[in-house]
Amino acid sequence: MSAATVAPRLHGIRQRRLTVLSALLGALAVAVVLSVTIGSKSVPLADAWHALTSPTGTENDIVIRSLRVPRTVLGVLSGVALGVAGALMQGHTRNPLADPGLLGVTQGAAFAMVSSIILLGVDSLLAYIWFGLAGALVASVAVFALGMVGGRGGPTPVTLALAGTAVSALLAALTSAVVLLDEQAMDVFRFWQAGSISGRSADVVWQVLPFILVGLVLAMINAPGLNALSLGEDVARGLGQNIPMTRTVGVAAVTLLSGAAVAACGSLAFVGLIVPHLVRPLSGTDHRWLLPYSGLVGAALLLFADVIGRVVAPPGELEVGVVLALIGAPFFVALVRRRKPVRL
Amino acid sequence: MTRRPLRVGRLSWRVRPRAVTLCVTGLVLLVLLMALNMRIGEIDMSLADVLAGTFDVNSPAHFVIMELRLPRALTGALVGMALALSGAIIQSIARNPLASPEILGVTTGASVAVVAGVVASGSVNSGVSGLLATLGVPALSLVGGLLGAAIVYGLAWRRGLDGYRLVLVGIGVAAVFTNVKFWLLTVGDVNDTSRAMVWISGSLNARGWEHVVPTALALVVLVPVTLLGARSLDALRFGDDTVTALGVRVNLARALLILAAVLLAAVATAAAGPIAFVALAAPQIALRLARTAQPPLLCSALVGGVLTTGADLIARIAFSPIELPVGIVTAVLGAPYLIHLIWRSRK
Repeated sequence: MSAATVAPRLHGIRQRRLTVLSALLGALAVAVVLSVTIGSKSVPLADAWHALTSPTGTENDIVIRSLRVPRTVLGVLSGVALGVAGALMQGHTRNPLADPGLLGVTQGAAFAMVSSIILLGVDSLLAYIWFGLAGALVASVAVFALGMVGGRGGPTPVTLALAGTAVSALLAALTSAVVLLDEQAMDVFRFWQAGSISGRSADVVWQVLPFILVGLVLAMINAPGLNALSLGEDVARGLGQNIPMTRTVGVAAVTLLSGAAVAACGSLAFVGLIVPHLVRPLSGTDHRWLLPYSGLVGAALLLFADVIGRVVAPPGELEVGVVLALIGAPFFVALVRRRKPVRL
Repeated sequence: MTRRPLRVGRLSWRVRPRAVTLCVTGLVLLVLLMALNMRIGEIDMSLADVLAGTFDVNSPAHFVIMELRLPRALTGALVGMALALSGAIIQSIARNPLASPEILGVTTGASVAVVAGVVASGSVNSGVSGLLATLGVPALSLVGGLLGAAIVYGLAWRRGLDGYRLVLVGIGVAAVFTNVKFWLLTVGDVNDTSRAMVWISGSLNARGWEHVVPTALALVVLVPVTLLGARSLDALRFGDDTVTALGVRVNLARALLILAAVLLAAVATAAAGPIAFVALAAPQIALRLARTAQPPLLCSALVGGVLTTGADLIARIAFSPIELPVGIVTAVLGAPYLIHLIWRSRK
């Protein structure tokens, strides 16, 4: 193929990718608008705009500013974080079963939370989240260290995945033991476990924001290296990749992103499991596009699911994790059945 | 010297001395752990009493051993073997060390069914007791498990069964089941939730012959079937095209083996709940100990039995008189060992 024919084709691909990107951004914008306006008390769009630009302290203003906006922002942040983390994790482990919880973040967060309840008598949401974050980070560092010593010359996908599963299983068992012994811990744990973004104040958003931002930057830095790695380690080394470095940056990004999201919203890690599979047919296997697409789809999916959860079972709400599973998973299965899956 | 063929007439098998040693060691260890397990109870016995009670009809311990302790120990061993075998089959077919009966929808389906049953009937029947415990829960579990597997199987089947598609469909279905389970746990009373948690964790408490017999029957029928299919299983790791060229009827072999794995996991889960980690870890531990490319089937089963029985022993004595659900200890025991093996394999 001559250079003259390659250039227009590349241009076409680029065009298509930008189109998809703007479509996904549009979908996310719609989700954000719905999330701000719809709920047990629906607020007209004009009032919502008024509440955001020039609040006067009406009931709608309070609902929007203190409940809906933090909830929506947290949903977007967590959705982006989980989508990107899932795509990174599957890329690094080259395993379609890998979810961002694979490094032990979910179980680490859960165990730290329930332990803080029975050992220290902690009883505020903000404090749980700090403990959850710490637990998530410690667990994934432990997994990474194990994978590191287990593999030859840096963590290999299989040892990383197995070490993560082993540590997760261990922590999950300890968590079950704690919640079986203590009913108060059980009560907090079961609601956290179901996964929810409701009832989180703006403080929670500020709490997780720095972790997610740093994680996103690391993820995008990691994308080209991950592309090289997916050609196989030997090829990547031949292309001049520092493999242990690439892996470390990737794992650090996954840890920050998924740790923050899971600590704040509960076990939603399977968002990260499903989203990359949904996105791969659109993006192909180029991580520079797969990661942002996954982030946008993750956020839109999480918000749509949350909105549906608010209206589907009045007067109560259905946890976003449950709605996500009920809607996202069948969609995912249908997609897997219809297309030949894009293999990792 | 690692592979000596064993020939009888026209038939021949490959024999791996390492795997044989492992199996024999596993069997001895399993029997020993079962005997130790049978010592414990309301009145602790000596090993001699246990032996006498098992084989001597006139021994004073005979009734307690035969009616209470032996069935419990047997349930643990058999359930562990069934789960591990199921895991070994699935990991070979999916060519994925992270695969376990969970992705076939068996354990998750069973969990949803049982939690729904407990939460729905909780305050009325005072939870998992009486008729619901002896008949209802195993039946719910079996129905839920088989239904879950049927859903995964049906959705994954498209002109044949592709290992990769099976895994992906399995993830999706498992996500639905798991989250419905989480939701059900938030709906019920916190007491019911705790009771359901015990079952979800997997427990061998108060298991009798009615739990032993179905599991034993399943193993008696399905182990030979699986071993017959082991050759195809060995071949399946080379990829569908190669295997077809080698003359294996890929889809038939795979479908039968998956069916065997589903039945094993469903029966085991019905007997003792979805005991965590055995199906995933036992094949990986056996594979590393036997140094084979794929999980060795019989060794995996024995490792599973040892892991479960050992875990039950610890679950009963660690916080005595409180008895932990065995599924909590399988992970506490199995995970560090698996980590140790991973760590050792770096050499």
